[in-house]
Amino acid sequence: MYSRTYKTVLSAPPLLWVVLFLLLPYALMFAHSFWLVRDGLIVHEWNLQNYAKLFQNPVYLAVLLRTMRIAASVTILSLALGYPLAYYMSFHAGPRKELLYQLVIVPLWVSYLVRGYAWKTILGSDGVFNGFLQYLHITHEPVSFFLYSPFAVVLTLTHIYTPFVFLPLYASLEHIPRNLIEASHDLGAGPRGTFFRVILPLSLPGLLAGATFAFVLTLGDFLGPLLVGGPSSIMIANIVQSLFGTAYDWPLGAAISVCILVLTISLLFLTERLEKRWTYR
Amino acid sequence: MTELASSSTAIAAAPTHTGTVLLEVRNVAKRFGLREVLTNLSLQIASGEFLTLLGESGSGKTTLLRLVAGFEQPTSGEIWMSGERLDTLPPYKRRVNTVFQHYALFPHLSVADNVAYGLRVTGAPPAEIPPRVKAALELVKMQEYAATRPSKLSGGQQQRVAVARALVNRPQLLLLDEPLSALDANLRKQMQSELKSLQRELGITFLFVTHDQEEAMALSDRIALLRNGSLEQVASPREIYVHPATSYTAQFVGQTNLLRAAIREGIAAAGNLNWPVTLPDGPALFSLRPDAIRLASQAAATPYAARFRARIRQQIFSGATEQLEIETGGQLLRVRIPARGPLSGEHEFFFEPTDAIPVRERA
Repeated sequence: MYSRTYKTVLSAPPLLWVVLFLLLPYALMFAHSFWLVRDGLIVHEWNLQNYAKLFQNPVYLAVLLRTMRIAASVTILSLALGYPLAYYMSFHAGPRKELLYQLVIVPLWVSYLVRGYAWKTILGSDGVFNGFLQYLHITHEPVSFFLYSPFAVVLTLTHIYTPFVFLPLYASLEHIPRNLIEASHDLGAGPRGTFFRVILPLSLPGLLAGATFAFVLTLGDFLGPLLVGGPSSIMIANIVQSLFGTAYDWPLGAAISVCILVLTISLLFLTERLEKRWTYR
Repeated sequence: MTELASSSTAIAAAPTHTGTVLLEVRNVAKRFGLREVLTNLSLQIASGEFLTLLGESGSGKTTLLRLVAGFEQPTSGEIWMSGERLDTLPPYKRRVNTVFQHYALFPHLSVADNVAYGLRVTGAPPAEIPPRVKAALELVKMQEYAATRPSKLSGGQQQRVAVARALVNRPQLLLLDEPLSALDANLRKQMQSELKSLQRELGITFLFVTHDQEEAMALSDRIALLRNGSLEQVASPREIYVHPATSYTAQFVGQTNLLRAAIREGIAAAGNLNWPVTLPDGPALFSLRPDAIRLASQAAATPYAARFRARIRQQIFSGATEQLEIETGGQLLRVRIPARGPLSGEHEFFFEPTDAIPVRERA
């Protein structure tokens, strides 16, 4: 069909890109995780100290667990918001579908930072939320724990990642042939039965894809905690960032990164297997 | 013309069938926006009857079926079944089941679970479900595929599962929406006869939608021919073929020759064809089936037969019959005669006056 040269020329740039900017950095990171820092210098001495440190110092494990807890909360909340929205739009929005779809997409054009700062002004002690509560005389002075807390991080990240959950969900709902819904009604199932027996099972691949997006993206997030989280909501990526930055312990940072990478890849592997099993054609 | 009309008002859509009325459609109209899809339509279906809604695409036949199933609401009018108002009930509360055009089997469920679906969602006793599923699958000869997923089945097999799934709830009325249209010709013939014997065996009323007039003829007790959202004629296949009420019916159900004739003193004349009629003077339209025209050398005519000479224009051999196009006095006629080898030149033909059926002309 196509000549060898054509194929080579066409595939060389992306291949080069992947090798230079993906495989090489990963290899470097992997190597670093087995080196160590002595007197402020990275020494190329192969050892397992970094990994030992990770599992001996309870702080790292605690932060990782907290990160996963936050990621799980964000995932559940994004699904709780995204699923009803996608369901409504796919089955009941009628001619308003297109407009609503655009409204969901538009926030994706707004920079992450802008949205982070927006939550800062909403949740802050002289923010909109506190002002509203005081206006209603529910509280009498600004409540400070809205901002700089895991709550603020979960809220902000949920806001940011809900469209990512929505998109695959909506696509999978749109792909359900409508005559299956009619067949279900025809056979005697009401709206509830039809949802749980037909719509939900057939939307599982989209649900899984959305959940994976939210979970994995939150797992690697470091801006959320920086913008709206306090010391109590430091996440694993913040630790990596500081180890590579001010703390200057690249080997330990690399070891943590390798752990996160392994975790993420196994998660993706698992969800892909499940997605395949739940996809019918 | 007025007598013509009254003599063949076959639009009285009541079943000729003995048996009680199961489904009654009363003055139903359906509009989608400004487009009127069904116009003031009334129809009765007898219990145990096989009634076919026949029509071109856009005639409203599928819409009528969907109104009965409950997927659409009539704009006006009522639908009743066994003395109960049907059109106000949601589809899941109607004792009506549907075989969908593209089967609509649940892809995430096995064949057995597809069939069991209707039983599970209506809360049938769990102990009853497996034997009833098995019986339904045996009915359509699909018991060995119980554990298979629909995507692994051929079109014909999916069709059978769809029928089993629709029958398992023991509906009073089974709706079939062009169920055979996606199958190839041979399989279609086979499924037709299977559907027909299934219907006889179970005694369930079938409301069948198709655009294929041959299929309608082969299967139905009665055919309801729809045109632009209203009923053109409702009658048995034989009646509709032999005595089409309108020129549209005559042309849609089988092939025909339409003869535009003038009647004077008991004789109809169309070109150089003349035959006796018992109709008042004036213009009239007649339907003459291709097989009603015979070759004089092949068959014996009665003394009343209209005889004429015609030139052979075209001959198509199709197995047991020959399709001819003949010309007489500037008129082209389609003729179907028993196969008899090549013909050429002029021949004598005839038809019996009783085979020229007066039809109404409908714009």
